[in-house]
Order: sequence, then structure tokens, then C-alpha cells
Amino acid sequence: MPEPVTPPPVPAETMTLNLGPQHPSTHGVLRVVLELDGETIVRAAPDIGYLHTGIEKNAEKLYYSQVIPLTDRIDYLAPLSNNLAYCLAVEKLLGLEIPPRAQWMRVLLTELTRINNHLVWLGTCALELGAMSVFLYCFREREEILKIFELVSGQRMMTSYFRIGGLALEPPPDFPDRVDQLLRMLPGRFDEYEDLLTENRIWLARTRGVGVLTPDDAFAYCITGPNLRASGVALDLRKAEPYSGYQNFDFDVPVRTEGDVYARYAVRMAEMRQSVRIARQALDGLPPGPIRADAPGIVLPERDKMKAEMEALIYHFKLVVDGFAPPPGEVYAGVESPKGELGCYLVSDGSPRPWRMRWRPPSLLNVQLLSKLLPGHLLADAIAIIASVDFVLGEVDR
Amino acid sequence: MSIPAELAARPVIQKLQAFHPRAVAAASNFRGELTLVVPAELIRAVCEFLRSDPGLTFNALTDVTAVDRYPVEPRFEVVYHLRSLKTGERLRLKAPVGGEQPRLDSLVALWPGAHMLEREVFDLFGVHFNDHPHLRRLLMPDDWQGHPLRKDYPVEGYR
Repeated sequence: MPEPVTPPPVPAETMTLNLGPQHPSTHGVLRVVLELDGETIVRAAPDIGYLHTGIEKNAEKLYYSQVIPLTDRIDYLAPLSNNLAYCLAVEKLLGLEIPPRAQWMRVLLTELTRINNHLVWLGTCALELGAMSVFLYCFREREEILKIFELVSGQRMMTSYFRIGGLALEPPPDFPDRVDQLLRMLPGRFDEYEDLLTENRIWLARTRGVGVLTPDDAFAYCITGPNLRASGVALDLRKAEPYSGYQNFDFDVPVRTEGDVYARYAVRMAEMRQSVRIARQALDGLPPGPIRADAPGIVLPERDKMKAEMEALIYHFKLVVDGFAPPPGEVYAGVESPKGELGCYLVSDGSPRPWRMRWRPPSLLNVQLLSKLLPGHLLADAIAIIASVDFVLGEVDR
Repeated sequence: MSIPAELAARPVIQKLQAFHPRAVAAASNFRGELTLVVPAELIRAVCEFLRSDPGLTFNALTDVTAVDRYPVEPRFEVVYHLRSLKTGERLRLKAPVGGEQPRLDSLVALWPGAHMLEREVFDLFGVHFNDHPHLRRLLMPDDWQGHPLRKDYPVEGYR
């Protein structure tokens, strides 16, 4: 009989694997350093900063109104939510009241932004778990939303449509019809995605019980937004601290208790339907009236007035050349962005430029959560978990 | 700077003063937002108290950041935003730190989520956090010179 062959001993040490920065599932340039024991993750350390552009530093050298285009570029999948957080912070600093028409338009467009964000999230998340057609369908619908943004602001992504004191432009005459068509179309399309995923056995096997986040851990890791609500905490700033007139809208806050990838999926699906509901109310109840606050010296005068009135011309000139100076003080404005609580902390020293602008990025905290969620899971599940927490690297790095 | 009379009766200030006589160095209210100045050496104890006190329960750390008041000394204010899940109340704490050796206690032991937020403050302002498990740069490259959000750091960088 031949001698039995003993296999070589399996090395006891762990292996380090770099996931990214050029890995398609990281949605940008995220690098996660994984320590693997076989196929099981022992430790995960996200490494960020590849897209750092110094937006907070740049803002300190700009007039308050010049910062708005920078905010578009922070979370480029939800530019209008960023515009809103910044405008609310400056308006709070100034103590400025916004006319109802502008508030309703802001609510309408930020809810479309939420759907836009969740569609990209759902599409890419499904793509990574092998459901390619969902990705194509989601981007098809997203295109229709981007067309609405283009219609009102002239830009598909970098909208800069919300301005301090109101809106940049009056929406064009065909705006209500176009939004109406979109809102009629969307719920049926959501049903299509749910048909493809919600009871799909592969989808369930890949998402159920994976990456479970407990409510206590969610608070320990400063998690907000859909990720928190998927862990059973019904906290939504639109309800808890209504801003921009959200108290006038009737909607539910979807909550799931499982805290896994599937719960995060289910919460976002339900949120999109609620967003359609809010957008419908905003569209049907869109009040008439001005789209900008009556605040000479802060809001640019009407173009027509500028050509006929000396005073309007002076205000225009002074605003463009000197900006406006809010009183010294500091404010924090938090909005419920699609990814969580997006906050803008502004410090004014009484000059026309912000002394400090701090952006509270929900994406950064969602990325940080990976170091908690990944250990103990298989490498293949890491892709599902990374996809499920939802972040945009532009906002992580700013 | 001190505590204005109309704010002195706020429960959070009264409880903090009962917790430690020096806990609140100053208080202000601007646009309905309450800001408390807390001595840097007490910041961890104060946060732990605010989080665990059953009547306050400021259990959500929203943000950690800093403001550079250069050339005023102490030049840095490390700013903490807290939110109470129970009452929905928000609170801002500011811990002044001098520019000579900017250093204060880390909150990672209380909220692991403070890890990256404090690293960002360290990276961009050069403020050190005691007992931080892994204090190194977050956004800038590891070999970067200077701390970009300091007011004496030029916008175009050192050339």
C-alpha cells in the first residue's frame, strides 16, 4: 500500500485584501482594506479621501450666494437636497421667510431627488447581486426625473436651482404636466422592480440576515436616515423637525425592524412610494405667488425691474459686487437627505463670506459603518453590504 | 461670556451645573439653537453625562467638527452637535482649545461613530484627541504638510 499523502498544512495567518479603489462595486473610489481568514472577513478598514476637493475650505473664500454651485457637487446624486440644506442654513442665519410657492417647489423637487437617488441605489445594488435588468430599468426612470430637473433649472445634475430666499427661476408652463406624467408613471414602475426582486429567491438568499445593524449600534455609529429606519427606529427629520413646510404634507415613515440588507431595500422601496405621494400633494397644492422672498439686498431683483428702476439696479450691482453680510452667529440646518441627515453648519463673523461651512455628511458615516458590519461575513456578502448602506464618494470626501 | 439669565433656568444647564460646577462656562441662544461652552478637559465627562442622564438622553452624536478663530486665542473651538432621541432637542457644545498644543479627549469610547469625525478634525485642523484608537489623516495623504482648514493655511495651498 502506498503511503497516504498528507496535504500541506493550511497557513494560520490571515490575508489582507484591497477592495478598491478601482472596484466597480465601490461606486466611485472607495478602498476597503479587508483582513480575511479564508473567505471570512476578520477586519475591515475603509480608506477614503481620493475625491477630496476642499469644498469647505473653498467656501470660506466665496460670498454666501456663490457657495450654492459647490453644494451641488458634494452629493452629486442628490444635488437639490444639498442646495436645500445650504439655503436653509443661510436663511436661518438671516432670519428670512420663504414664500409658500418656493417652499412647495422645494419639497416637490427634493422628493424627486430622493426617488432619483434611490433609483440609482437600487439599480447599482441589484446589479452587484446579479440582477442586471433592474439596473437598466432604474436608469430608464431616472432619466425622466433628470429631464424634469433640466426643465426647471437647465441642468440635469448640477442644478443650483434653490437660491437663498427662494428659487432661481419660475418653473416653465409645461412643468405641472410633465411632473404629472412622471408621477403617474412611477408607481407602476416600482411594481415592476418589486416583481423582479421582492420575492425573488436569489435576492432573498443574498439579502436576508446579511449585514444586520441593531438600533444600539446604529446610534453608536451615528447612523441616520433609511439605514436607521431599517433597524426599527422611526426617526425622520421631515416629521421630527419639519422644515420647508413638510408639516403640511401627509405621508408615512416606512420602518422595518430586521436591520439587514433586505430591510434596507424594503425601506427605500417604500420611501419612493411615499415620495411620489408627497410630490403629488406638492404639485396639486402648488400655491400661486412669488418664488423669492421680498428681501432687497439679499435676493437679486427681478430682471425687468432692473431695467426700469434705479433702486433695483443699485441692489443688483451691490449684491453682485459686495455680497450680503448676515449677522454674526452660528446655525445648523439638518435635512432628511436620501442618505440620512444632511447638515450644514455655518459660522458667520458678520462678513459677506462664511467664516466656516461644515457639511455633516451622512455618506461618511455610512462608509464608516462598514468597519462594523463587514467582520464575520463572507467576502461575497461584503459586496451586498457595501451596496446596501448607500453612499456617494463625492460627499464622503467633499 | 457667561450664562444669560433667561437661559439659566433651562433643565440641561441646571443639570450640568449640578453635575460639575464648571461644566458650563458660557451659554448662548441664537435663532433658537442652544450653544454651551464646555471646558475642553471636561468634554468627555459632560457628553457621557448628557447621554446617560434619563431626563436628557442626548444619545445621538450628530457631528464633530472644529472652527478656527485665528488669530484669537484659544484659537480652536471643537464643536459637537448632539440630539436627544427622547425629546428631539438639539444641543451644541463648544470646547475651546489653544493653538499651542491643541488636544482634548476623544469620544470614540462613547460613540464609535466619532472615529472618522475626529480623524477629520485632526487631519484638517491638527487638533489631537487623547485615547483615539487610530488617529491619522483621513482625507489628505499621509505625508501631507499642514492642516488645510486652519485659517493661516492659504486656499491655494503651500507652493
